Amino acid sequence: MTNLEGKVAVITGGASGIGEGTVRLFAEQGARVVIADIQDERGQQLAEDLGPTTAYQHTNVSQEEDVRAAVQLAVQKWGRLDCIFNNAGFGGVSGPIELTDMNAYDDTMAVLLRGVFLGIKHAAAVMKAQGSGSIVSTASVAGLQAGFGPHAYSAAKAAVIHLTRSVSVELGEFGVRANSVCPGFIATNIFTTPFGLTGAAADAALGNVSAAFEDWAPMKRAGKPRDIAQAVAWLASDDSSYVTGQHIAVDGGLTAGRDIGELRERLGRAYGVDPALLGAQPPAQQ
Amino acid sequence: MGRIQDKIAVVTGGASGIGEGTVRLFVSEGAKVVIADVQDARGQKLAEELGTNAAYVHADVSQEAEVQGAIEAALSKWGRLDCMFNNAGFGGVSGPIESTDMDAFDQTMAVLFRGVVLGMKLAAPVMKAQGSGSIISTSSVAGVGIGYGPHIYSAAKAAIIHLTKSVANELGESGVRANAICPGGIATPIFGKGMGLTPEQADYTIDLMKARLAEGQPIKRSGLPSDIAEAALWLASDASSFVSGHALVVDGALTTGRLWSERQAAAESRVGQFKIPGNQ
Repeated sequence: MTNLEGKVAVITGGASGIGEGTVRLFAEQGARVVIADIQDERGQQLAEDLGPTTAYQHTNVSQEEDVRAAVQLAVQKWGRLDCIFNNAGFGGVSGPIELTDMNAYDDTMAVLLRGVFLGIKHAAAVMKAQGSGSIVSTASVAGLQAGFGPHAYSAAKAAVIHLTRSVSVELGEFGVRANSVCPGFIATNIFTTPFGLTGAAADAALGNVSAAFEDWAPMKRAGKPRDIAQAVAWLASDDSSYVTGQHIAVDGGLTAGRDIGELRERLGRAYGVDPALLGAQPPAQQ
Repeated sequence: MGRIQDKIAVVTGGASGIGEGTVRLFVSEGAKVVIADVQDARGQKLAEELGTNAAYVHADVSQEAEVQGAIEAALSKWGRLDCMFNNAGFGGVSGPIESTDMDAFDQTMAVLFRGVVLGMKLAAPVMKAQGSGSIISTSSVAGVGIGYGPHIYSAAKAAIIHLTKSVANELGESGVRANAICPGGIATPIFGKGMGLTPEQADYTIDLMKARLAEGQPIKRSGLPSDIAEAALWLASDASSFVSGHALVVDGALTTGRLWSERQAAAESRVGQFKIPGNQ
């Protein structure tokens, strides 16, 4: 069991989804957490539920002043910053490359890459001075392979993985670590809001999202925010003190490879053979 | 008969460095090329030198209308677009993460990544309608490993590799290919300009860079624009018609690891360190 007793963290996008799951786990493990989000009502409610070891701060991660203020709040309230979890995100602009609206592209990159960059930038100054700290950023399986998300989302997530490596090389000698997590299909509102669902209606649809993801990964269940939170808690803890510049895929095996059964079925159809016979057992000796 | 005879290409950043080398090779191999750049005098001079198979268009790749203008020039002059080479770039903002100026960050991303998105976006409808086309983007070894460039340059170049895969996945069914090239240490003015020199002054640093870059990788010579141009030529040609979504590293084995000779020398020095007294 990891222990975050006494650690101080800022978690962007902390009011819902993976961020909320991580805020809850961090609080359970004894950390003090600034919940940084633009969903004020949800964020304030969560901070109230969890008590005085958490605080909510309105933070649009694409705005430098907002990110600086979230980091400052942690430092003012609790005197230090042990972990920043750059997690705020959304699906962003989608569709064919040729129809991509460039304003929507700019908005997407502002949150998905500029936001992470700002979190790293402002945490770095504090953590270098401390001589310790763990920077964790939410990338995605979409940053590892194509076909798991829209173009801009995929490219931005790949950039987060690589920025993490670049920064880990700079900050390693100051005792500061930087890693990213690559969630697979996690049942969160990132999959309901693009369909216009909000608030309670969105939360109510999460069961359907889970059901939809049941078959996608070798582990045959949807990911839960807590699956990612556990990885982040480990990266934030001293148990991972020699781990830096890495990305951890938490995806139920999704990116490990394709199911050989699928290939077998295709070949079976192509050969006009019952796929169930192919490779299932050695052919009978004549 | 050239290797890309009668193909129509747009090369961004085509007035100098890797872009210029590619423009020259493409034209010599039978292509017709729009040189798109912000260095007007250089670009115009190059187009004049190469004759009627080259045309210069001013294009700041971060501006949608200007990239559109470059593609329109290819279409109005020559009627089609076979290759879009998204190559314009610069070193961009550098230094420690904590002192990164965010305006400089935005300008860096606008050229290095937004420019590539625009090139792909605007080439795609033309190539889809044709049912063919090759999109090539200049990434970097900095997008593959760490320590070859500033933070943002590195992250933007990694994003290019991944965007290339994402777009190759979309456009493959329409007969359009997308690939990236990852140059290693290539002797171009990019290094001199990064030190604040003017383009003319930066030209004088090319020979210095050739000498300096000769020792960095297992293949003991500096990379040249022509090395990258040859890779781009292959990716633009029909010889690579089943290659899509690939990031082609052209770096003299730079990213394979430390130099063999250095490792040998280090191993020999360790033999001395590990010598245990009385056990010679």
